Amino acid sequence: MNRQQPGVAGAVPLLVVEDLGVEFDTYGGTVQAVRGVSFSVAAGETLAIVGESGCGKSVTVQSMMGLIPIPPGRITTGSARLRGREILGRVLIDGKDIRGSEIGMIFQDPMTSLNPTMTIGDQIAEPLQVHRGYSHSRAFKRAIELLELSRIPEAARRARQYPFEFSGGMLQRAMIAMAIACKPAILIADEPTTAPDVTIQAQILDLLQDLQRETGMAIILITHDLGVVARLADEVAVMYAGKIVEQGSVDDVFYRSAHPYTLGLRAAMPNNDPARQHQLEPIEGSPPDLFSPPSGCGYAARCPHAMAICQQRHPVDFALQGEHFSRCWLHHPDAPDRPPALYFREGGA
Amino acid sequence: MTALLESKGLTKFFRIGRGQVVHAVDGVTLAIAPRETVGLVGESGSGKSTYGKTVLGLHDKTAGSVTFRGEQLPQRYQPGDFQRLAASMQMIFQDPYSSLNPRMTVGEIIGEGLRLHSRKSGREIRDRVALWLEQVGLNADHMSRYPHEFSGGQRQRIGIARAMILEPEFVVCDEPISALDVSVQAQVINLLGDLKQRMGLTLLFIAHDLSMVRYVSDRMAVMYLGSLVELGPADQVYFQPRHPYTRILVESNPEPDPESERNRQSTTISGEIPSPVNVPAGCRFANRCPEVMAVCRRETPQLLPLKDVDRQVACHLYPADSTSAPLR
Repeated sequence: MNRQQPGVAGAVPLLVVEDLGVEFDTYGGTVQAVRGVSFSVAAGETLAIVGESGCGKSVTVQSMMGLIPIPPGRITTGSARLRGREILGRVLIDGKDIRGSEIGMIFQDPMTSLNPTMTIGDQIAEPLQVHRGYSHSRAFKRAIELLELSRIPEAARRARQYPFEFSGGMLQRAMIAMAIACKPAILIADEPTTAPDVTIQAQILDLLQDLQRETGMAIILITHDLGVVARLADEVAVMYAGKIVEQGSVDDVFYRSAHPYTLGLRAAMPNNDPARQHQLEPIEGSPPDLFSPPSGCGYAARCPHAMAICQQRHPVDFALQGEHFSRCWLHHPDAPDRPPALYFREGGA
Repeated sequence: MTALLESKGLTKFFRIGRGQVVHAVDGVTLAIAPRETVGLVGESGSGKSTYGKTVLGLHDKTAGSVTFRGEQLPQRYQPGDFQRLAASMQMIFQDPYSSLNPRMTVGEIIGEGLRLHSRKSGREIRDRVALWLEQVGLNADHMSRYPHEFSGGQRQRIGIARAMILEPEFVVCDEPISALDVSVQAQVINLLGDLKQRMGLTLLFIAHDLSMVRYVSDRMAVMYLGSLVELGPADQVYFQPRHPYTRILVESNPEPDPESERNRQSTTISGEIPSPVNVPAGCRFANRCPEVMAVCRRETPQLLPLKDVDRQVACHLYPADSTSAPLR
């Protein structure tokens, strides 16, 4: 699945993930957290992986980064290649640790992801010392510049402070400064805006967008917030029960939503278009138990359009238009009475 | 308008030692009509949860008053006051994980209110609990299970049943959906809407999700650093915000619509909500406000009604007797 990004002439995907599968052994049995996920990202592009808690979006990126504990975790299938080199299950590529240098990551909760006993400046300087061999004083100077780049006022003074002296929004910026210290090719942002308030969220999103424009890095954004996706993403992958159910450009996924789950998510959210007021339509039920995933489509039990085949067989990929695809039997030409709302909505770009 | 619940100049300060005082809620005047839903929005630290808890008597009042059904509530609740008022005023909490006692069964959790506030027998209480479990979309046989056996959305339903079983008139919903997934949020919102209809509830809905607050509320109140800055019909406040802070809140709210997001002007304001310990003199929003004037740093604006629309704004751009067109 080579995706060409318009604007980035002839871009070869930086990162290609194919058929990734991850399991965890627990007391209750084996959880199949990720069940065959494929995607790719090119430089300068933002891919958003959207889904609810437990859908496997965080495990997907954590297993790429070698951040899941093995055991109990296990990568069962698949590959993840960064510029053609396999990174799954390997700590060193050409003798170097790619984590923090080639791929930077910002975590969900800045309060618990920073070391409370180190100054902010030292924490930002650390990856430069480890990966780039900077001296401490040179790395610390660069840390101050990075804090300025992340729009932290009085960066020189702030660099000498500890995490408890920072507010939540500032910690999030400090973590971004740390993640981009070594100019990574890819920045993974795992729910970067869950904690803060809307005004802080807007600041963080603007910052990520500006940094991407300046450095040309790719961003993989993990989130459950469709508003944030609409704001930042070029490409969107919607995950449900460990699988990608719909993938395409942000316009495809929002304006030509094809999978019933994507449509369900959108109907469950209030929109603020005064011309299109609607009653919230919740998705009844809850996601399937991934201890024993259903043999058919993971969404079948909650899907208002489910057919007999949905319970029995995994839907295959149905390519819709260009790079837009959906995994749903309703797109099969033999599907009876395909609901009209489901297929290719008009409107938008 | 005869309000069901009215707070006048309600103030709650916390002493945190060394002579420092947190001005969590500072002079909030708000009247809520019977069967009305008022949405209270603001950033974390703006005092919205403290306001809700102070209204219910979970915090003592530092100053000001709360009137419920025409009766002025005590400044500091005695155990008998809780006993008397709990049946008509209830709360639904934000975090469905920490607000249910893990060592009590669901039946004990939901039935506890009845046990304390009614003379019903054990069997009658069990029947009511079974009824309420079904009312909130769970099963009667969930009664003997423990909270850890339920998902977040189901736990929030348990919290709702616990608040509703006494058939209160007034319920404070403190961020009832912010811990839930999108698909489950709508389930809980619709359940609250149903119950409100059927029981004639009056709700104070505290949240930071502006779209959801606009969706559920009749009126929207915007809070900043302990004070109300704007109050009016929810749709109008959202679509025609008057206070500069409300405008920024609305403009920062990301819409699930890529087209409108691409056309969005960058409206971020620098800085964060100041500490409520050192409350700045004058307007509390002055140091972040894009339209700040000299007067803003000297005088605290009052929440005043506009002449031409149903709206109250606390901003020097809209002095007394002004219209919805800002000054200058």
